[in-house]
Amino acid sequence: MLDLTPDEWNAVHLSIKVGLWAMAASLPFGIGIALLLARGNFWGKSLLNGVVHLPLVLPPVVTGYLLLLSFGRRGPIGSLLDQYFGIVFSFRWTGAALACAIMGFPLMVRAIRLSIEAVDRRLEAAAGTLGASPLWVFATVTLPLILPGVVAGMILSFAKAMGEFGATITFVSNIPGETQTLPSAIYTFTQVPGGDAGAMRLTLISIAISMIALVVSEIFARRIGQRVDAG
Amino acid sequence: MLLVDIHHRLGAFDLEASFESAGRLTALFGPSGSGKTSIINAIAGLIRPDSGRIAVDGRTLVDTASRSFVPVHRRRVGFVFQDARLFPHLSVRSNLLYGGWFTQQSERYAEFGRVVEMLGIGHLLARRPALLSGGEKQRVAIGRALLASPRLLLMDEPLASLDDARKSEIMPYLERLRDETKIPIVYVSHSIAEVARLATDIVVMANGKLTASGPTGEIMRRLDLLPPEEVGEGGAVLDMRVLGHDEAFGMTVLGAGAGEMRVPRIDRPMGAAVRVRIRARDVMIATERPKGLSALNILPGRVAEISQVDGTQVDLKLDCHGDLLVSRITRQSFETLHLAVGREVFAVIKTVAFDRANLSPGAPLVLTSD
Repeated sequence: MLDLTPDEWNAVHLSIKVGLWAMAASLPFGIGIALLLARGNFWGKSLLNGVVHLPLVLPPVVTGYLLLLSFGRRGPIGSLLDQYFGIVFSFRWTGAALACAIMGFPLMVRAIRLSIEAVDRRLEAAAGTLGASPLWVFATVTLPLILPGVVAGMILSFAKAMGEFGATITFVSNIPGETQTLPSAIYTFTQVPGGDAGAMRLTLISIAISMIALVVSEIFARRIGQRVDAG
Repeated sequence: MLLVDIHHRLGAFDLEASFESAGRLTALFGPSGSGKTSIINAIAGLIRPDSGRIAVDGRTLVDTASRSFVPVHRRRVGFVFQDARLFPHLSVRSNLLYGGWFTQQSERYAEFGRVVEMLGIGHLLARRPALLSGGEKQRVAIGRALLASPRLLLMDEPLASLDDARKSEIMPYLERLRDETKIPIVYVSHSIAEVARLATDIVVMANGKLTASGPTGEIMRRLDLLPPEEVGEGGAVLDMRVLGHDEAFGMTVLGAGAGEMRVPRIDRPMGAAVRVRIRARDVMIATERPKGLSALNILPGRVAEISQVDGTQVDLKLDCHGDLLVSRITRQSFETLHLAVGREVFAVIKTVAFDRANLSPGAPLVLTSD
């Protein structure tokens, strides 16, 4: 049953690649924005919070369309990136990664922000009296303490990417080998007669990948949790 | 030399403090909410005073007049918090080594082995902070602060969250810290027992204002400075020496200018220095040398000062050959005995008024009369 065709393998491979890139590339921004929202005190904080959470409440198709408008080749951001850095998003797998990163961003920020808010700031003050500059305090105290939240945020972002459909297909279409991720491939199978077996194969693979990601994150989080809590 | 001269407003609370101290251990003493912690937070750089100046050994840490402010991580001021604040994600060893990472080689003077030995924490190094007892945590916290090689050590009620057994476990280490290292210490406390035992100098705070400052002996004699619930603990603090031991009766004989005093046996060699706190309410007054009395310590002296307390009690300062004792008696006794300044009297103190309970064997110790 699991004899996949090359196209199906491509979809699996592409989905994992897109998910990992979406997760990794949004991580620094996720930590930065979470820090700003948890600790910052500035004008427009609620506005920033709203913008970050927007992909969670907007229809994914709308998010995808907005991405197409701004990051497409003719879009204001897309044309600049193309011209100066040679980075193209539209109808490429990088675009799928961007769409997934944006859709998973609110989930990631939320998880990290909660763990930052739970950090005992008195420990950071103690590190300061021991000679650690604010940057070192973050690297040696804050970051290790929020690691469980960071891992949770990364897993959520990856899981969201594995399931992302609406924004991706709107932004980068459904091109086999380039932008056809697992959900798009399953959708394609359901649209053609006799595609049931293929859809089922990919569905099982999709379930397996999600389960593995969850279990790995669970093991990882437990190990860190033991270190931090018992410590 | 520590110089503090600051003014800080926190909501409705107004803090105003100005003092200098060259003592080895300066205690900031006062009830909670009197501003002690704000002062050491300002010394550490955790708060920025509205105006004023703080300097340690001539190095200015804050001076609002010249707009200078050294950030907390460049002050090299060690801080031992009431709640230890060990890093939960690091082992005891990594906690201890943490400050060393940020100290330049040339500035480093604390030796890992010596500090670990002095605090008796060698067997804890591999553990996680969560598995330590309160007393152990506090000792590790002291070690962590010391191993950053600070120029000044601040301690914010390091014993307040511990029970009596843990307190007496840590006290000897604090005494070694004071006597064996050259780091000046600022010690915040609201407990007379701790302050009398540890401090060389005392700064008394009340309601955000400084009420008195000076050497421990001088401040401890002034019962009027103490908060009402601690007045019973007030009295003279004498630095005495061990003259000998009376093994037959299990007593130690101490000597000072005031004369000889018999206290419960303490495990200290001849000639060792011992600090004795004699509570004012434990000192009886006799106008002639009493006979047929169980109390063993009868010291001749002269009434040096009389102060009335709320009409029912009287505090007497007695000059016993240069050492000052304090006695609190009722106004009735005061009038019956016709006491007056200059009158020759005898101070009577029971040996059992000195409690051996808070002595730990082997450590350089202080005997207090509570």
